[in-house]
Amino acid sequence: MGNKSKENIKHSSPNDKTPTSAGVIAVKVDDLTVAYNYKPVLWDIDLEIPEGVLMAIVGPNGAGKSTLIKAILGILKPIAGSVTIYDKPYDKQRQLVAYVPQKGSVDWDFPTIALDVVMMGTYGSLGWIKRPGQKEKKAALEALEKVGMLAFKNRQISQLSGGQQQRIFLARALVQNAAIYFMDEPFQGVDATTEIAIINILKELRKAGKTVIVVHHDLQTVPEYFDWVTFLNVKKIATGPVKDIFNDDNLTKTYGINYQVSIQE
Amino acid sequence: MDITEYIKLVFTDYTLRTITLGTTILGAVTGMLGSFAVLRKQSLLGDAISHAALPGIAIAFLITGAKDSNTLLIGALISGLIGTFWIRGIVTKTHLKSDTALGLILSLFFGFGMLLLTFIQKQPNANQAGLDKYLFGQAATLVESDVWTMAIVTGLCLAVMLTFWKEFKILLFDADYTKTLGFNTKFIDILITSFIVLAIVLGLQTVGVVLMSAMLLAPAAAARQWTNSLSMMVFLAAIFGAFSGVFGTAISASQDNLSTGPVIVLVAGVFVVFSFIFSPSRGLLFKQIRFIKNRRDLQLHKTLAFMHHIAATHDDISHPHTIKLLNNFQGYTKGTLQKLVDKDYVHLNGNMWSLTKTGFEAASNLYTKQSTEDE
Repeated sequence: MGNKSKENIKHSSPNDKTPTSAGVIAVKVDDLTVAYNYKPVLWDIDLEIPEGVLMAIVGPNGAGKSTLIKAILGILKPIAGSVTIYDKPYDKQRQLVAYVPQKGSVDWDFPTIALDVVMMGTYGSLGWIKRPGQKEKKAALEALEKVGMLAFKNRQISQLSGGQQQRIFLARALVQNAAIYFMDEPFQGVDATTEIAIINILKELRKAGKTVIVVHHDLQTVPEYFDWVTFLNVKKIATGPVKDIFNDDNLTKTYGINYQVSIQE
Repeated sequence: MDITEYIKLVFTDYTLRTITLGTTILGAVTGMLGSFAVLRKQSLLGDAISHAALPGIAIAFLITGAKDSNTLLIGALISGLIGTFWIRGIVTKTHLKSDTALGLILSLFFGFGMLLLTFIQKQPNANQAGLDKYLFGQAATLVESDVWTMAIVTGLCLAVMLTFWKEFKILLFDADYTKTLGFNTKFIDILITSFIVLAIVLGLQTVGVVLMSAMLLAPAAAARQWTNSLSMMVFLAAIFGAFSGVFGTAISASQDNLSTGPVIVLVAGVFVVFSFIFSPSRGLLFKQIRFIKNRRDLQLHKTLAFMHHIAATHDDISHPHTIKLLNNFQGYTKGTLQKLVDKDYVHLNGNMWSLTKTGFEAASNLYTKQSTEDE
């Protein structure tokens, strides 16, 4: 990070482009292969995610959904393949991308409060050593308000419910004010109220021209929540608009059994 | 020897002053860094590092033939670092879990170190005596230059910690996320780990290979009980560590033949036990008290709710009913009934009870109140 990345924002901010213009590719994945030990977890994935979509990644357990996100974000090192964000290597475009990890991936007994966790979203733009100040605090408070958690800002994070913890993670990503959001199962283990609150925020993000990519488990809600979908099971099965490709044929190919999902028209 | 006499002695006696200063600084720096180890779930790392340092001490002696503590500690530092990076390597390159890697490195390095120590003892060199003091430590061998080394390392560690505070904090909480923000997590990780190794090596002379990890963990575990803020935890751990040093040295100096290292560790252990029991929010004592109080309140609420249920079927809410109607399933005991009377919720008349107006209102608001408290 640092000065170099700030220059990049000028060159390639997605805000220069009209949000819904057809043909702009926000994320492009080429020949991505990831393997733990010998067995490939992801095999030769090519993926183009258009700007401004709200996309679900679906697939059975062990299909590599979380791995795909982690490999795109550079958390895992792929054995082959490349990722570009708005036609530039991911390394140079980090500040355009925000990540919401699974909430089970951290220890919530860590000694800190909700506001502090949300404030971590500003660390990337701050860069090394510089401490967050009033400006960063204000941004964090705004994000907390957006997810309806302002009243809990001073709450010790272990005293938050699962749904509240998920919202804190979401707020932390919102603070980054990114163009592309990657979320790993944000609906896992949250109640209906939180699920609706989260999906409303995701839809707002899409309305603002952001691209949102979500690892999702509940097939029933795919047509209702998302407009784009990627079927994944080690290989990419299909990707495209929900209304065109979310059908029994692709579900069967992905999940291996004869799948019957009644699709709402 | 009474306390004032001892305190006077700390300021006048060179040896005692040196030892007290040394153990205090050592306690503070290990407590501080121990917080990071505990929060990273790397509690055992300290144990592995200190044991891994032993062969370094022996090899440094074999090469230089000198027993100068700084030379030996440089050997300890090098072999401690080698052990640490082997542990990291094993975890990242093989299927083995970190506890296995830690155990493996700990015992292999310690075994090799012991082998070298026995080899050295068989040498016809008069200088070899006393190397085994590094096993359990010997605070009495501390000299002023050792204290200076400790002070400089502590200062350096403090400066680095304050500079990279934000980076340390976010790495401890969420390493993957830190990576996506563009931070070099490997660098932060190596920085933290290197300082932990350095602090451990500094303590070997005083506390020894075997007990060193307690200096790292005990103050941090005690501090965690008292606060929910990372900065406060690190600060408290340093304080607890420092006081373990002061008290431990005082106890061992005022009682003959008590070796300092183990006493310091035991004092730190007392801090842990005290914190585990008496911390207001996380301590066992208050947890138990809260638990009992909640259960009593719940019984009270249940009885009241049941009374409300009966009273609501009558036009007159204060219509009297027999006590026999109440039973244990509703949390009824003589005690709960008396408490309800004390609160003026219930009026007693012989073996009949009746709800008062305030009691009826309190009972009707019982559930709505509870659900708002839950958020």
